[in-house]
Amino acid sequence: MLENIRLSFQGIWSHKMRSFLTMLGIIIGIAAIIAIVSTIQGTNEQIKQNLIGSGDNSVTVQMHQGDYTYEYNYNGVPEGVPVISQEMLDEVKAISEVKDATLFLSRETYNDIYRQNTGLSGGKVYGVEKDYFNICNFIVTDGRVFDEKDYKNFRKVAVLDADSAEALFSGEDPIGKTIEIKQEPFVVIGLVEKSSKFEPVINTIEDYYMYSQRSSGIVYVPSNEWPALYGFDMPQNLIVTVDSTEDMTAAGKKSADVLNGYLTVSDDTMKYKAIDLLEQAKDIQDLSQSTNMMLIWIAGISLLVGGIGVMNIMLVSVTERTQEIGLKKAIGARKIRILGQFLTEAAVLTSLGGLLGVITGIVLAEVISKLTGTPVAISAPAAVAAVLFSMVIGIIFGLLPSYKAANLNPIDALRHE
Amino acid sequence: MILNLQHIYKDYQQDKLVVPVLKDVSLQVEEGEYVAIMGPSGSGKTTLMNIIGCLDRPTAGEYQLAGEDILRFKDKEMSDVRLRSIGFVFQSFHLMPRSSAMDNVALPLSYAGVKKKERRERAVKALERVGLGDRVNFKPTQLSGGQKQRVAIARAMVNNPKILLADEPTGALDSRSGKQIMELFSDLNKEGVTIVMITHDRAIASNAKRVVRIIDGEITEEDREEASNE
Repeated sequence: MLENIRLSFQGIWSHKMRSFLTMLGIIIGIAAIIAIVSTIQGTNEQIKQNLIGSGDNSVTVQMHQGDYTYEYNYNGVPEGVPVISQEMLDEVKAISEVKDATLFLSRETYNDIYRQNTGLSGGKVYGVEKDYFNICNFIVTDGRVFDEKDYKNFRKVAVLDADSAEALFSGEDPIGKTIEIKQEPFVVIGLVEKSSKFEPVINTIEDYYMYSQRSSGIVYVPSNEWPALYGFDMPQNLIVTVDSTEDMTAAGKKSADVLNGYLTVSDDTMKYKAIDLLEQAKDIQDLSQSTNMMLIWIAGISLLVGGIGVMNIMLVSVTERTQEIGLKKAIGARKIRILGQFLTEAAVLTSLGGLLGVITGIVLAEVISKLTGTPVAISAPAAVAAVLFSMVIGIIFGLLPSYKAANLNPIDALRHE
Repeated sequence: MILNLQHIYKDYQQDKLVVPVLKDVSLQVEEGEYVAIMGPSGSGKTTLMNIIGCLDRPTAGEYQLAGEDILRFKDKEMSDVRLRSIGFVFQSFHLMPRSSAMDNVALPLSYAGVKKKERRERAVKALERVGLGDRVNFKPTQLSGGQKQRVAIARAMVNNPKILLADEPTGALDSRSGKQIMELFSDLNKEGVTIVMITHDRAIASNAKRVVRIIDGEITEEDREEASNE
């Protein structure tokens, strides 16, 4: 076997030009596939990273009506949706995938928040429990977050994230300053930031719409200040954290199920649903994948053409070496030896083509990435699979020529000119 | 008895015509013999050699090689008989052009499943036996015709076959090289190698101890003196 491989390389080397041209079909096909797959993978990784963001492994569970988030802002809490009690929360926390859970209220604001004449437009107000920052992995960059006394004494205090602080104070130190929320004064006591700083990569206008809301700024207030700002009738959102990103889907679904168990609504499309970022990521990935699958099929045709080229050259090679085959059979080589020799040669030829194709594909992917800015992720399994696949092509398309060689009549073959 | 051919017939089909090539050929060769099969072209001598060499099957007849009934064997077993029992020497050498003399000689050993190291040792030994101990790493293109034929003889001998089957072994050589090859055959025969040689050349055939004439597919025995006296 090793001997056959060595001889195959010798044969390929002695016909450099011919071998290269034969491999070209395979090289182009494999290179195209590797370049496409790398780009798909890169895009997918990026989508996943963008959506999951800092990797805080948290899932938000919200009230939905049908396929849409329930509009709290004007309608209030629907009939049959109970306030989430401590017992219900404990039940959620008991789910095996769930690491911790907390409740929060949220509302988008358009012109609710001001500092003197500077307004925060398009931001959000969150009403949070005091363990919220801890559970969601925030880092306190300045000042402090809410403590027991803030809740007990109904202090009007607020915590800002970096975006809202920048929008309202533009570089000034906000600690101790007063902002207005719904004309109520709140004292800023702290600045927080997600544990790992995260900027989504924005390549397209769709990306912009998807991620823009994330950078508009959030102002946090103690949850018991909420009624003073927006009235009592706000259903809560649940946020659960998990240890491993893979558990996000399961944890979100189970938590939503627990809460749904307490619903007594008449409209059965009214449900708690997890905002599953992994699933969202998958949907977008599927979209980009299906368009690229077409490209892979087209590249596959190039491989087919390459395979036929290999078959053609192998047939020529068998004819050229008829005397050699005749001699080998005459001095006692069994059919299977001849078959093995030519199959090995075809497989080595196409594997080499596959290898060159992988290298070309990686270079191509990098060039595409440089030119268009799309990220690439070269996947090792795809590269190995590509080389193996080209080997299989060699064996399949080498079968006919090898079979022909193995079945030559030694007498005629020896006399062949 | 090494070779025992009994009433061998071989017909070729040409369109609708059946052309008989061998007609009732019987031939026995003992161990250690040196036989020349001589005949003009078209006499059927190549067909006879193909049958002896297990490359072809007769239309009718019996053939035992070293006591084994060859004709019952299947294709695969025929390959093994050629590998183990027959050493071929061809008119046009048929060496692998890109392999060294040693690799050429070692080729049959690789089919016999001999380990690489032993293959080399035996190949070198076989080359030494034909007087090419100093040319083991030469490629066929670097060798003269006579040397090429000696490499081919070494290849035929390397697996210790029961018979050495030579088809016009001097046909492509000048007379001096041809003479050397004939001396080599005589030496090998003296060492006990059984040789069957096919030729159309009376002078070459006279090197053999026994000459068999074949004309129109029929053979007649000719003793050595008669052949050399003519």
